[in-house]
Amino acid sequence: MQNSVSFGSEENLLSMMERRRKAGVVWQAVFLFSTSLAILFLILLLFSVIDSTFGFAAIRYEKKPSELMVGKSQLSDFSRQELEETAKTHLSSGILRRVEYEKPIADRTDKDLIGILEQYVLQPSVLRTWGLWASLTKQGEINEYLFDQGDAVLTFKSWLTIDFLFADQSANPLYAGIRTAMLGSLWIILITFLFAFPIGVGSAIYLEEYAKPTRLTRLLQLNIFNLSAVPSIIYGLLGLAVFVRAMETFTSGSLFSGVADTTANGRTILSGGLTLGLLVLPIIIINTQEALKAVPDSLRMSSYGIGATKWQTIWGQVLPVSIDRILTGTILALSRALGETAPLVVIGASTFISVDPSGIFSKFTTLPIQIYQWSARPQGAYRNVAGAAIIALLILLMALNSSAIILRDKLSKKKRMEA
Amino acid sequence: MNKTSLAESLPPVFQEKSKVEPTKTIIQLDDVNINYGSFTAVKHASMEIYEHKVTAFIGPSGCGKSTVLRSINRMNDLIRGATLDGRVLFNGEDLYAKDVDPVLIRRRIGMVFQKPNPFPKSIYENIAWGARVNGYRGDYDELVETSLRSAALWDEVKDKLKQNALRLSGGQQQRLCIARTIAVQPEVILMDEPASALDPIATSRIEELILELKKDYTIVIVTHNMGQASRVSDYTAFFMVDQNRTGYLQEYEETEQLFLNPIHKKTEEYISGKFG
Repeated sequence: MQNSVSFGSEENLLSMMERRRKAGVVWQAVFLFSTSLAILFLILLLFSVIDSTFGFAAIRYEKKPSELMVGKSQLSDFSRQELEETAKTHLSSGILRRVEYEKPIADRTDKDLIGILEQYVLQPSVLRTWGLWASLTKQGEINEYLFDQGDAVLTFKSWLTIDFLFADQSANPLYAGIRTAMLGSLWIILITFLFAFPIGVGSAIYLEEYAKPTRLTRLLQLNIFNLSAVPSIIYGLLGLAVFVRAMETFTSGSLFSGVADTTANGRTILSGGLTLGLLVLPIIIINTQEALKAVPDSLRMSSYGIGATKWQTIWGQVLPVSIDRILTGTILALSRALGETAPLVVIGASTFISVDPSGIFSKFTTLPIQIYQWSARPQGAYRNVAGAAIIALLILLMALNSSAIILRDKLSKKKRMEA
Repeated sequence: MNKTSLAESLPPVFQEKSKVEPTKTIIQLDDVNINYGSFTAVKHASMEIYEHKVTAFIGPSGCGKSTVLRSINRMNDLIRGATLDGRVLFNGEDLYAKDVDPVLIRRRIGMVFQKPNPFPKSIYENIAWGARVNGYRGDYDELVETSLRSAALWDEVKDKLKQNALRLSGGQQQRLCIARTIAVQPEVILMDEPASALDPIATSRIEELILELKKDYTIVIVTHNMGQASRVSDYTAFFMVDQNRTGYLQEYEETEQLFLNPIHKKTEEYISGKFG
């Protein structure tokens, strides 16, 4: 009978309670395990990046430092006079001419001269590098290697330095830096933002506030959801076909400068930024729509209730309340664009350029592409350089994400308190 | 029961309350039918609402009293699929004529909602924003002060005008919403159960305010609270719902008349609490 369901005896209840509690404990353990696993992988990732960024490097000098520095232990102990003299006597005539041509030796700073002497006179080359872990644990193996090499010098090196951030590309991993890639990334993100933010927010406002829920709107909405899940390489192909090829006169800048043929052939920052803009557009639209959906209808009603128009309601009430979420969503979408590699490779980003991008019609490379390219090089030392670049990229991404959080907190605090 | 005998048997307070002094009609519903898609929410509603009076709409849930209220300033337009036939006249003009802009109507016929819903802005901005979007060119400080005074809120908030309105209590928020409505100088204020989310003390302050406001405004109020209807209103409309869940206007009378001497049996049953 239905309404005489019994809960059983006291003992039954107790044993059942035990089972129920056990089930809870088991699930809690499962969740704890998966969380720990995720954290473990994160730690491994960080470890492998840090491991390759710091460690011993065996370096061989073409000219022994001891020959150059008679009686001094290092170049920085040299006086100005000695530095200039050493440069003039030891630099080969070709290099001396080039250095003088770029900037006379007399006008250069001490630090600059030391750099030149190191690079062109001592001519260090990396023989082998060890990760941080190996550096700390495999002393014997390292010493053995040095003994075999004879004239190699062992130095403990941090591959991530201030100079690394401001140096351009180089064929010598000791002098390679990420300035060009960093500038390329920043330019690309700027274009992406300028392109995707207004269009994305505009479309979201239209879909959420104006469009009637017809079959067409639903179809459109479904497509936007699908587009946000399309693999990024496909956007790369689209960008290649549309921005690089079809719109070449526009994206290469020849439309504006009058020059028929530029070296970039449409593989410019503009093309890259627009391609990534397309990539993040659906994400920005969806994020903004969510932000607008979260605004209670009662706010719109009260605005209409005192005789505001639709646009006044959107601009004066709905947007101020949702702007923090819209901006957060946009910044998170942009940080995704910052880490994208595949579409830029497809549209033909350069992998080795030492010239800084000068505007939206320049050739470019970006941080992820630089990292990809470095890690594919045969010389082991470039993997250490790649590790340093990864840390730089992670820091950049973290800065973007935390600025999103700070912005959101600030705006929503302002919303709550107002003076 | 005979009318005269009932009037004589009333307590003195009711005998003293004279019959409502007639004023001119400001809003007229003329055979109004309201549909949501294929569903008829209200049918054949015809009534006249008088200037500077408080008119209460009462009735059981789903009887369409809020729907009728919202049709008066075309808030129903914002609900998808809502259509109206019949005529709603405001000072003799058809509000649903083709060339009428609902935005203009809503300034002249303001609305206060069930749940206090101030803008998430400062108290000052809550008042000033509505005036600004309607193109008010005058002294905003003065407007804010007079509006808040009219809503009996000035003394409580005059020192914290820059504070966010959401930090006020529920009752204060609702009075702020009334002040916000007053600030755009409407002729009619529609109130959709304005006190149903408030505690008894806040409720009684809103009721006092309504009695004060009717000197300058015409007020139409939807309420579930029979006592409130009898305390604040001059006229009461009782709506009923038929077996198709369609609402209709059952009885519309002076409040005293409707509460003490209802014509229809349904009305009597409802006000005496037999259903609803």
